[in-house]
Amino acid sequence: MTPLIEVEDLRISFPTAKGSFDAVRGVSFTLGREKLGIVGESGSGKSLTGRALMRLLTPAAQLSAKRLAFDGQDLLQATPRDLRRIRGRRISLVLQDPKYALNPVMTVGEQIGEAFRTHHRVSRAEARAKTLAMLEAVRIRNPVRVHDLYPHEVSGGMGQRIMIAMMLIPEPDLLIADEPTSALDVTVQMQVLAILDDLVTQRGMGLIFISHDLNLVASFCDRILVMYAGRIVEECRASELHAATHPYTRGLLASLPRIEESRAELAVLTRDPAWLTA
Amino acid sequence: MIDIRDLTVTFGRGTQAVAAVRGLSLHVGEGESFGLVGESGSGKSTVLRVLAGLNEKWQGSASLAGLSVARRDRRFPRLVQMVFQDPYGSLHPRHTVDHALSEPLAIHGIEDANERVSRALEQVGLGPAFRFRYPHQLSGGQRQRVAIARALMLEPKVLLLDEPTSALDVSVQAEILNLLRRLRDERGLTYLLVSHNLAVVAHMCDRLAVMNRGVVVEEMAVDTLRRQEPAEAYTRQLLLASRGYDREVARAMITYD
Repeated sequence: MTPLIEVEDLRISFPTAKGSFDAVRGVSFTLGREKLGIVGESGSGKSLTGRALMRLLTPAAQLSAKRLAFDGQDLLQATPRDLRRIRGRRISLVLQDPKYALNPVMTVGEQIGEAFRTHHRVSRAEARAKTLAMLEAVRIRNPVRVHDLYPHEVSGGMGQRIMIAMMLIPEPDLLIADEPTSALDVTVQMQVLAILDDLVTQRGMGLIFISHDLNLVASFCDRILVMYAGRIVEECRASELHAATHPYTRGLLASLPRIEESRAELAVLTRDPAWLTA
Repeated sequence: MIDIRDLTVTFGRGTQAVAAVRGLSLHVGEGESFGLVGESGSGKSTVLRVLAGLNEKWQGSASLAGLSVARRDRRFPRLVQMVFQDPYGSLHPRHTVDHALSEPLAIHGIEDANERVSRALEQVGLGPAFRFRYPHQLSGGQRQRVAIARALMLEPKVLLLDEPTSALDVSVQAEILNLLRRLRDERGLTYLLVSHNLAVVAHMCDRLAVMNRGVVVEEMAVDTLRRQEPAEAYTRQLLLASRGYDREVARAMITYD
């Protein structure tokens, strides 16, 4: 079976006044129908890696790779027309903040329906029925009422579920979620993750979960990639994150305060220049 | 040091009125570090804003070191200061670090500003090289250090900390939390820390209150939290949810209104 995603030696750089800045430096991984977590701090290149899979980088970004393929199809050679057939329909992207990602002047139902009708030839009535079903699938209690609300009339947690509904309605094979729950309260976060978990399991989708939260990723995903300064420094099964070997991963884990422990001081990460190349 | 009785804060009026805080009382002793925990909309930040004088319409009584907050006289800025969540938003983008730190001194007519600014920078772990930089030339952690230095310029007794590390990476969070702990020990500061992160509160505080929808659900010593023995179901759910994803826990989740 072809893997959903194959990435080999992905590099992304940006031209700057002081020469080229390498944001992603030789990332390689493959993804099957599983939940893969990409963790790292700001500037580690995790979000850029996610976007590169949809070829959604700004024109200034210079992308190169030995291989970048989705379901066997070469994304480097894909035409804009090919990409439009993939984006949204086969790979979709959930962003961090529904406040900015939803269209403020369209009702929730209209924008979810639009996502479906862009990729499937159906009547408005069918799209509406499908939209209501999808709102129910993301556990919105009163889909008919929420269908006609505008984004500013819903809470953050509901907005995030609406965005997930919109991304899932074309039934993609791969969902890329970039910090999908960072703006949410912990209990709402749990509910949103449970929805993602169920949908991934039921539909056999692949999921790439990009986050800065190590513990969350470890508890939610199957496998984890840890990124530092544009490279993957560690790859492990999520259940074995506590046994991570790279000093960066270990340093991150040690710097987290824990509810059970009482420590006078938290361990501070000392960045070793060798991590940039080793 | 901090004494609040029957605090009620209402936003809007008529049918649109929302009671953000409903009859809250709490007491924080001198040198103590107290945590206010809760989810969005629980009213935890509103309590801080009342104490900081940023919210003027409220009922009940609130006092700091025996001074009523309602009076807001000139002594307040030298008694209490606030550190905000987002260091990107709380520093003036066109003022240098030096400008930001000397302004409170100028307002309060304090001499030897030069000396005080360089000492403040040193205390938050920034060298003299940072003094004439603008906020955009600093990282998030460095900006939060500047915000903390600014809050300490008038040598207050109380610091109100509103999610001081939630916009920062975890490795930077550790540095800022260590800095705040050290400053508290050195200066005998009283902290009122608002956070949604139970682990941060467990690390920083002696006692905490859990808030939901404007009321205190329960107040406890941090040891009770560490032993995972809160009395209320709401707090237990919050604790479980903070432990990472668990399918069974997610399924059993209840909405508390």
